[in-house]
Amino acid sequence: MATTNEKDWPLWEIFIQSKRGLDHKHVGSLHAADARMAIENARDVYTRRNEGNSIWAVRAADIHASKPEDQGAFFDPADDKVYRHPTFYPMPEGVKYI
Amino acid sequence: MYKISLRERVPSTTLATRNTFPYIMPDSQQESLFQQKVDAEQKIEPRDWMPDGYRKNLVRQISQHAHSEIVGMLPEGNWITRAPSLRRKTILLAKVQDEAGHGLYLYSAAETLGTGRDEMVDQLLSGAAKYSSIFNYPTLTWADIGAIGWLVDGAAIMNQVMLCRTSYGPYARAMVRICKEESFHQRQGYDILITLSKGTPEQKAMAQDALDRWWWPSLMMFGPSDKDSPHSAQSLKWKIKRQSNDELRQIFIDRTVSQAEFLGLKIPDPKLKWNEATQHYDWGEIDWTEFNEVIRGNGPCNAERMAARRKAHADGAWVREAALAYAGKKSKRNAA
Ligand SMILES: [Fe+2]
Ligand SMILES: [Fe+2]
Repeated sequence: MATTNEKDWPLWEIFIQSKRGLDHKHVGSLHAADARMAIENARDVYTRRNEGNSIWAVRAADIHASKPEDQGAFFDPADDKVYRHPTFYPMPEGVKYI
Repeated sequence: MYKISLRERVPSTTLATRNTFPYIMPDSQQESLFQQKVDAEQKIEPRDWMPDGYRKNLVRQISQHAHSEIVGMLPEGNWITRAPSLRRKTILLAKVQDEAGHGLYLYSAAETLGTGRDEMVDQLLSGAAKYSSIFNYPTLTWADIGAIGWLVDGAAIMNQVMLCRTSYGPYARAMVRICKEESFHQRQGYDILITLSKGTPEQKAMAQDALDRWWWPSLMMFGPSDKDSPHSAQSLKWKIKRQSNDELRQIFIDRTVSQAEFLGLKIPDPKLKWNEATQHYDWGEIDWTEFNEVIRGNGPCNAERMAARRKAHADGAWVREAALAYAGKKSKRNAA
């Protein structure tokens, strides 16, 4: 995990919900001394044109990610499972609503 | 400033006072604002003020829905080792795996309302919480796996498509994800029945027998008739539900009849008949005594399902404990 220099403001990842009902989407990051500042700065940086209905701020150091170098092996279990898709089961002509 | 966490347990009264309103509004005023939002098709999000009844109703409905996904793995799981080919086995495994995922999406959605996962699981295991009555019927033959995909997933999809428009944001979003994944479930079931109905007379009879046993319980999945469903009106007003039980049931029947005809199978309802005037099928009467008995715990497999869930939970205890112990040890080592 990244160590934070005590003198630096930590990095925060910002997620914005643009409209009620939609997911919070990652929009970018910023530095701030605490959560309150992160959210207020996120408002000023990312929602100046009413892009936001809700903001989540998460310390970047608290985010764990899958490793890009393992990407192939990590996701390949899904590669050979075409039967998880509805197109694997062509419906005969005349069958409706399935 | 509050910490943004969806997992903390906050009673709605606290949520109300934490809102950014400049003064604390009386509940009646909050409630009318809430209803205005719902009427305007705005989604309700976890930190919004909401009536206690709305929250309770949602927790009950979403957790029941989650329990149904989890218990629903049991009747199909029964056939994984006996699927007639490797192809059918991998498909069935993939489907059952999806249902586990659906349970998890739904538990998470319910948790945004302030009820913990453990509490919900306890309610299922103690018998306090309900799950869909359909999963208390046995899967006697391979054709039952076809009938479940076609009819049970088919009926569930009707309900879930409606719930993509439910008023509570996290529930609606979970439903969108689930509906995307469901689309193969019904098809794989119907595909099994196409094969059987084109097979030997014995195979076709097996398909018919499955339809005979699953038809009425599938219709019961939509719940009590509107006139006997006291919570329905409130759920519709809050837009938790968007269509009534009877409406959805009728659409399901209207869509399924031609699918049965294509298979050359007969729906076990002598009163089933197209009505030109209403442009719907007329049909017979659900045996509500059977429905109520199954709900009360007296269905053919209630005891077996609960025993299986309790055993799975107890057998998994050491895994949960070991994972925690390992994580604790690792974080101690990292801190050192
Ligand atoms: Fe499901
Ligand atoms: Fe399903």
